[in-house]
Amino acid sequence: MALLLKRGRVVDPAVGLDRVCDVLIEDGRIKEVGENLEAGNATVIECAEKIVVPGLVDAHVHLREPGYEYKEDIASGTRAAAHGGFTAVACMPNTNPVCDEGSAVRFVVERAAERGKVRVHPIGALTVGLKGAALAEMGDMLAAGAVAFSDDGKGVQSSGMMRLIMDYAKQFDAVVIAHSEDEALVGKGVVNEGAISTRLGMAGWPAAGEDIIIARDICLAQLTGCRLHVAHVSTAGAVELIRAAKAKGLRVTAEVTPHHLFLDEDAVSGEYDTNLKMNPPLRSAADREALVAGLADGTIDCIATDHAPHAAHEKALEFELAPFGSTGLETALPLVVTNLVAKKLADWADVARWMAINPRAALKLPEVRIEAGGVADITVIDPEARVEVTPDFFESKSANSAFLTATLLGKATEVFVGGRIALRNGKVVD
Amino acid sequence: MLSTRHIIEMSDMTPEDVLLILDTAESFKEVNERRIKKLPTLRGRTVVNLFLEPSTRTRTSFELAAKRLSADGINFSASTSATVKGESLVDTAETLSAMACDLVIVRHKYAGSPRMLAAHMDAHIINGGDGMHQHPTQALLDLFTMREKLGKLEGLKVGIVGDICHSRVAGSLIPALRMVGATPIVIAPPTLLPARPDVLGAEVATSLDDVLPDLDVAYMLRIQMERAEGMPFPSVREYATLFGMNERRLAKMKPHAIVMHPGPMNRGVEISSAVADSVRSMILDQVNAGVAVRMAAMYLLLGGDASGTAA
Repeated sequence: MALLLKRGRVVDPAVGLDRVCDVLIEDGRIKEVGENLEAGNATVIECAEKIVVPGLVDAHVHLREPGYEYKEDIASGTRAAAHGGFTAVACMPNTNPVCDEGSAVRFVVERAAERGKVRVHPIGALTVGLKGAALAEMGDMLAAGAVAFSDDGKGVQSSGMMRLIMDYAKQFDAVVIAHSEDEALVGKGVVNEGAISTRLGMAGWPAAGEDIIIARDICLAQLTGCRLHVAHVSTAGAVELIRAAKAKGLRVTAEVTPHHLFLDEDAVSGEYDTNLKMNPPLRSAADREALVAGLADGTIDCIATDHAPHAAHEKALEFELAPFGSTGLETALPLVVTNLVAKKLADWADVARWMAINPRAALKLPEVRIEAGGVADITVIDPEARVEVTPDFFESKSANSAFLTATLLGKATEVFVGGRIALRNGKVVD
Repeated sequence: MLSTRHIIEMSDMTPEDVLLILDTAESFKEVNERRIKKLPTLRGRTVVNLFLEPSTRTRTSFELAAKRLSADGINFSASTSATVKGESLVDTAETLSAMACDLVIVRHKYAGSPRMLAAHMDAHIINGGDGMHQHPTQALLDLFTMREKLGKLEGLKVGIVGDICHSRVAGSLIPALRMVGATPIVIAPPTLLPARPDVLGAEVATSLDDVLPDLDVAYMLRIQMERAEGMPFPSVREYATLFGMNERRLAKMKPHAIVMHPGPMNRGVEISSAVADSVRSMILDQVNAGVAVRMAAMYLLLGGDASGTAA
């Protein structure tokens, strides 16, 4: 099947492209990029007034299958991804059973091939059962298709164990993704420690509980030479630590979630809205500003959603009992457009870097470039489309979004995955 | 009439609401001194005591308050409710709502749970203590006692001593004192202070002895002596030495100054027996005021006025 994306503003900083032109796709690859291309027998997709970028990647999602299919499954999670403009996601291993061995990785790969709307890259566990006690079979998991490793949801508590993990991972040049949480400091913390924990009378989750582990892991990255990717950075202190590590030339990358970029602890009002309970928690306004600055100056490489779907009945509990997490796949791009692009704090090349180019580099995924011969993973964005974030808006099985009731600007209208149409006119293609 | 439908946290109320409750409680206190301690004012109204965390003192106080106003009181306690069978708080709220209750008093070990109830039912809600958050009727009865004993609230200096960070009593009392023009000073080892006491409106001091001569009220909080995690002080003995109220310390206070405690107290820890049983101790006065203040809160929420008679 051939497709001709007509008259879009094509932006790909990896090839120095930012101009209005056409993109011809044939047999899953880009055949030609240029002006006034002949359609021939290709289906024409009008892209005037739209932005065409390399397919977006979410480096951090929870697809919940196997084990928690009532929250999300690979079919619904990848529909949500397509709806949000993503051509690929990397999914965390905290399923049931835990994705900590080759056969579990293979299950995800096969299920995604059968039912996935977009590409799915499994992330394997660092340790057996996410227990932080014994190395998981990274070699086997890599062979089965894992792209990186993480005990996300739980931090590796022992420095000795983390060193062992990084030493072992290094032989594969594998990426270790850190969930940075010192349990002795965090305890039962559910909101940022400070004004909000005091006002709401709940245990605080101090920024130091994150920073200490990031500092440790940077030291271990230096000691072992292993690649470190810091998940969901949420504090000003962490941004400083990562900036210093990069200045030293260490192989450290980092991601930030839209909710940490665009919300702070003040959003957690006296209403105890459990959709605002996440781990790490929403931080102070100063932290939030440091995250935006860290993203702008390249300290933070990419935006990843930490899409964490939970069923309505699970979130309808007392704040201290409700599970952590917000969905993110379907709101990330609209939030970035609304809060950064529309306010001229970022341009489309930044969006391509943060959401397409850098996450691929951080996870060592193959590059996707808008040039002849490139894989046709492409996202088309209508920057003027209005998005009303209501429960009906979501393709995800769950609606636990921290941004429910928001009105946003900017939405993916088309998503092409290897030339296959996953999203057309803003609707997921069945 | 109160400006709020619920008494969940102090900020639900205006200073006028607070004073209206205290004034109304005065007339109810008089009722509590009669031989027949009963008014017909809430006849036919249903009050549910939803106590999902063990409590004897507070529950009894609310129960008595409801009975003395002739309300039909129902106890829905943790051991008998469906919550032990895994029913969610929202389902409990909707169940109670379907039974058409007028007022629910809730105590629960999780902060914010009274707000959840309020969102899922039509009844008025009184927070009887939610986790480490607030316990507003305790603050109201404390204000009542201070005003009764010291003749005013404005300008009082109140030292709140002890486990501030885990205390819902402090969580309500600090903002309550600010609302009536008094100055709350929290006095505790840093290990027992919340991250930002200033957010609640408190000044902070670490030496009890330094502050004592300035105080009109020394409000001693209960110390929790068993903890799964590390103890926030090295020993009960050292805590009592640094932060306990005793006769020596009482002698440093102004002659009119009083000592209060929300109960139940650990004698010999945060307060010595000699002080607890002295005329300067208002502990039983607080308990006594509790019934009247809770009668006032229930009565005003269910539509009464300050006279305490019409319904």
